[in-house]
Amino acid sequence: MQYKSQAVAKPYFIAALALFVAQILFGLIMGLQYVWGDFLFPHIPFNVARMVHTNALIVWLLMGFMGAAYYLVPEEAETELHSPKLAIALFWIFLVAAGLTVVGYLTVPYATLAKVTGNDLLPTMGREFLEQPLLTKAGIVVVALAFLFNITMTILKGRKTAINTVLLLGLWGLAVMFLFSFYNPDNLVKDKFYWWWVVHLWVEGVWELILGAILAFVLIKITGVDREVIEKWLYVIITLTLVTGIIGTGHHYYWIGTPEYWQVWGSIFSALEPIPFFAMTLFAFNMVNRRRREHPNKAATLWALGTGVMAFLGAGVWGFLHTLAPVNFYTHGTQITAAHGHMAFYGAYVMVNLTIISYAMPLMRGRAANSNKSQVTEMWGFWLMTVSIVFITLFLTAAGILQVWLQRVSDNPMPFMMAQDQASLFYWLREWTGVVFLVGLVVYLASFFIKGEEKAAA
Amino acid sequence: MTETLTGDAPVSRAAALPRHPPGDLAIWVFILAELLAFGVFFAVYAVTRMKNAALFDAMQPNLDRNAGAINTVLLLAGSWCVARSVDSIARDARPASVRWLGAAIACGGGFLVVKVFEYAAKFAAGINLATNDFYMFYLSLTFFHFMHVILGMAILIAVWIKARAGGYSAADHRGMETGAAYWHMVDLVWIILFPLVYVMR
Repeated sequence: MQYKSQAVAKPYFIAALALFVAQILFGLIMGLQYVWGDFLFPHIPFNVARMVHTNALIVWLLMGFMGAAYYLVPEEAETELHSPKLAIALFWIFLVAAGLTVVGYLTVPYATLAKVTGNDLLPTMGREFLEQPLLTKAGIVVVALAFLFNITMTILKGRKTAINTVLLLGLWGLAVMFLFSFYNPDNLVKDKFYWWWVVHLWVEGVWELILGAILAFVLIKITGVDREVIEKWLYVIITLTLVTGIIGTGHHYYWIGTPEYWQVWGSIFSALEPIPFFAMTLFAFNMVNRRRREHPNKAATLWALGTGVMAFLGAGVWGFLHTLAPVNFYTHGTQITAAHGHMAFYGAYVMVNLTIISYAMPLMRGRAANSNKSQVTEMWGFWLMTVSIVFITLFLTAAGILQVWLQRVSDNPMPFMMAQDQASLFYWLREWTGVVFLVGLVVYLASFFIKGEEKAAA
Repeated sequence: MTETLTGDAPVSRAAALPRHPPGDLAIWVFILAELLAFGVFFAVYAVTRMKNAALFDAMQPNLDRNAGAINTVLLLAGSWCVARSVDSIARDARPASVRWLGAAIACGGGFLVVKVFEYAAKFAAGINLATNDFYMFYLSLTFFHFMHVILGMAILIAVWIKARAGGYSAADHRGMETGAAYWHMVDLVWIILFPLVYVMR
């Protein structure tokens, strides 16, 4: 750690990991409710568990991105953070707001929550992933703006690097796109149309810039490859991302009442979305193969390579599987989507967060890398979680194929719930694999507490 | 190619042949991705046309082939100018190199002007993306290419500014080759797009 103020990243990373645990626990609850319908009824209904599962994911990824920005921006800009105090204050505001929101989800009926938080003034609630009360949404905007102010000021006064520029572009894009969560037209087609500007343009647009910048930063640090080479790759990757990802939004506009040409535009551009992810895989492996130093943090290297591979598989390959309009006609909104969602979020955004955490946490705790024993434990966590997510994805894909067949293709199509019953074997398999994932997460977290012989910070 | 022409001993010819593509490798990754995007677009066009041959045949004569032909000439001439410019800088003829680049940019500008008139006529006739499948492809493909011409020109202008400031020499003109390679891609795509959409039946 070269600058004192980088340390503000630490509480962000810790809170992110705590929310990660919450996300997985609620995932397990929902997974069980798939096959045991009234499990925890009426205390935690499925829709509430799902809301907590997805919102916790989004919030912890954002926490991780913020931590990553606070850690890498000062080092890239070669200057202290503009205001570490503001960063800490924002952390508590964000954490408390997120906590209160979850408490709200779990303790009062959603309709009551909407009423008491002023949803009548400006209705924004009730839409998937954007369920947060108006107050929370406003809080997110305030926190995001103050965070961006802090980061932007730091970059302006220091060295300008490609990594910082791309990261800043991604973070500003993230904040700007979120503003569409306040736009909720009565026309259902328009509602969905702009809803995707938040959801799609986040995960298949600006978040990829953040991902690329974080990955590039860690790769420079652990491989010692020339900045010039890494930055060139970064530029190629983000250009490909934006060229394919922005118009690729069209793959959500096939069947929602938008004009027909979206079927062609969406199919063509989203079919090319795997390319930037493939470039990212090549990038990570190329850089590690051309490394000029042996960094003692092997675990971070493993996470970085894992991000490249799993993001390509989850976002690229599993996305491509059902992105073409003629295929999506059958698979739209089935378990195929869930399969893709799980591996893409884990492979791209969970793993890049764990990459920067793996790289930065030891440095913030005063050592170049954790002890060998701790790293081996962390790698066990890596493999348990990664292999589990692969199997979760495969089981959900199997369930999805079965569902598409029974419910939409066969001569005597079954109703939704009957088709779901037929897929219960796969849901059980998925649930048990989820338990293995939780074990992997516990092992991963345990690695933070394992001592042993350490190497001093460089 | 100029290096091989100046080599006097035949033995050195093979050694003198460039082992890397001209320009930066990154631009070739980018060019391949662009060609893939257009390739997929062309393939989807072909499949759709096969299914609606009558509609496509009926609509195609409505396109302005003369404008398309003029634009083809403009892009080919532009590509030739870019090649002359790279050739000039390889001989260290810097003023000539800058002039050729300027001419290439003018050709690109001409393409855009012709295209704008072509679009204006179509929009005036009330044609849009939703008119029918043929016009959807015509507008999408040509507009996607139109954007690439603009990007290509932005790159050429950046190279031109650097060239005017004396930023390139016979020894080091990779940057110019990089820009030239991208511009040739823009040209190449049009050479396929024009016959495919405007002419072929």
